[in-house]
Amino acid sequence: MEGKAIRLQSLRKSFGKTEAVAGVDLEISDGEFFSMLGPSGSGKTTVLRMIAGFEPPTGGTIELAGRDVTRLAPFERDVHTVFQDYALFPHMTIEQNVAYGLKIQKVSKADRLRRAREALADVRLDGLGDRRPSQLSGGQRQRVALARALVSRPRVLLLDEPLGALDLKLREQMQIELKELQREVGITFVFVTHDQDEALTMSDRIAVFNRGRVEQVGTPAEIYERPATPFVAGFVGTSNLLTGPAAEQVVGETGTFSIRPEKIRVLKEDRDGGTPDASGAVGTVAEVVYLGDATRFLVDLDAGGRLTALQQNLETSSEDVAAYRGSRVRLQWQPRHTVRVPDAP
Amino acid sequence: MNLSRPARITLRIAAGLGFAVIYVPLLLVLVNSLNPDRSSGWPPPGLTFHWWADAWHSTGARDALWTSVKAGLGATAIALVLGTLIAFAVQRFRFFGRETLSFLVVLPIALPGIVTGVALNTAFRTVLEPLGVGLGMFTVVVGHATFCIVVVFNNVVARLRRMAGSYEQAAMDLGATSFRAFVDVTFPLVRSALVAGGLLAFALSFDEIVVTTFTAGPGVQTLPIWIFSNMARPQQAPVVNVVAAVLVLLSVIPIYLAQRLSSDTATGSRI
Repeated sequence: MEGKAIRLQSLRKSFGKTEAVAGVDLEISDGEFFSMLGPSGSGKTTVLRMIAGFEPPTGGTIELAGRDVTRLAPFERDVHTVFQDYALFPHMTIEQNVAYGLKIQKVSKADRLRRAREALADVRLDGLGDRRPSQLSGGQRQRVALARALVSRPRVLLLDEPLGALDLKLREQMQIELKELQREVGITFVFVTHDQDEALTMSDRIAVFNRGRVEQVGTPAEIYERPATPFVAGFVGTSNLLTGPAAEQVVGETGTFSIRPEKIRVLKEDRDGGTPDASGAVGTVAEVVYLGDATRFLVDLDAGGRLTALQQNLETSSEDVAAYRGSRVRLQWQPRHTVRVPDAP
Repeated sequence: MNLSRPARITLRIAAGLGFAVIYVPLLLVLVNSLNPDRSSGWPPPGLTFHWWADAWHSTGARDALWTSVKAGLGATAIALVLGTLIAFAVQRFRFFGRETLSFLVVLPIALPGIVTGVALNTAFRTVLEPLGVGLGMFTVVVGHATFCIVVVFNNVVARLRRMAGSYEQAAMDLGATSFRAFVDVTFPLVRSALVAGGLLAFALSFDEIVVTTFTAGPGVQTLPIWIFSNMARPQQAPVVNVVAAVLVLLSVIPIYLAQRLSSDTATGSRI
């Protein structure tokens, strides 16, 4: 059953004179893990809040499962939200928090207690039902917020940067857990984030937001390997663009081109090797950044412009790579990894 | 922070003096209420509960106490309703004149009581008297409410400011109507601020004398006014001491409770 969970049509929102969302069209399928990725102020959170019903749109329509909900209040929509600050009710126990939605739906007391406990078990918080939110850690609160939003099995779950407040290790762990949870329950997840790694790791599809518009919608691979605009090329992954005369000289065509840093090999200029039919350019290493598992080379090309190349530290150590600074190098990559980026419309 | 020894000693003496100036006279009132000497001679020649019995049987004092309680409850009720409504308006919505509104709400507490009193007196007599409503309990309650609103407003605004707006949204997101969200989530979270504000409002109203003088008709005598008019009478001086002592003891309770309640944080577990 491939229904549309959400359909947005020319959705707009202005706050006074600023246009936060400037015409967004999106279709999100049932059971999809859909991310809205973009820098702060790009309108992604405003779109989420409009889907939830917290902000009335200035224009356009919102459909949930084929029903126009544009003018409906939050409590009339089959959508639940995991808030950035979790918004757990501080005067209720964890169990009461999770059971609150069921209580509103007039589920019997025994039933909602059982379902709340199950939901807490789903997020591995069994036995903490009697605590207060203030007695839990950030990661635990996050899971309570998830359990509270999922317990009544809404059609769509909206997540507003839910991992933002967690430290790196916990965040990576939660990314995997969230994805697994979503697969288990089969509910449509709409996930707002400014973290490209997060979006790439978890999503079935991603919409990249910039200045109130969607720049590109696609699978993580499409977004990463075939960026549709210079903004997407720069925001997702490291910006590595060739334009103007540099592009003409290196690629042999005019336009803007993106080459992902990990596709580029760095060779000493005087050394032979590499692939004969590879594309390439020569230049001087301006900076070497040692990352532990890899090294990032910033190379100023003779043709003009600068490219970043990422090399796994397979056989090299920090001393070896440091010696590259200031030296002449030849960069090589497969011609198919030179991706033409259409100019912004 | 560490202070030098002389600084520490000087500050301790200064603080001690300050507290002495405030609390020694109060202590004297308490002692004099037990002083058998009618003119509060010093040192007290003995110890007696005679004046306490007198005060207990003084109908004037009892009537005045009852009047004050009624006025205080009335003013507090008005302040709780209006103060809370304004606090929500100012804190949860953005509208033209928002800043001005909160300034106008807070201003009455800074206005000299005599100004408020004269102004209300004139207004009541020109507007209410032709309608058949003379100065009396009603005008006292309204007069007190003008400055009682401030303390309720301040307490509720402070609580709302610390409380994330997303609680209400979360409740509505889970299916609660706006009214249900208020009952289940918002009200429990601001309840202690309301109690604290209400207690302070009552305490303010209870000891008010200036505005009361101008807004009370001849038949209405609150406790402070009764004390003031009986202080000069040598016959009544010991009874006044007893009433004052009782008031000191009574005011400790609401202030203590209000402090406990307002130090709770919105996210604390003890709401």
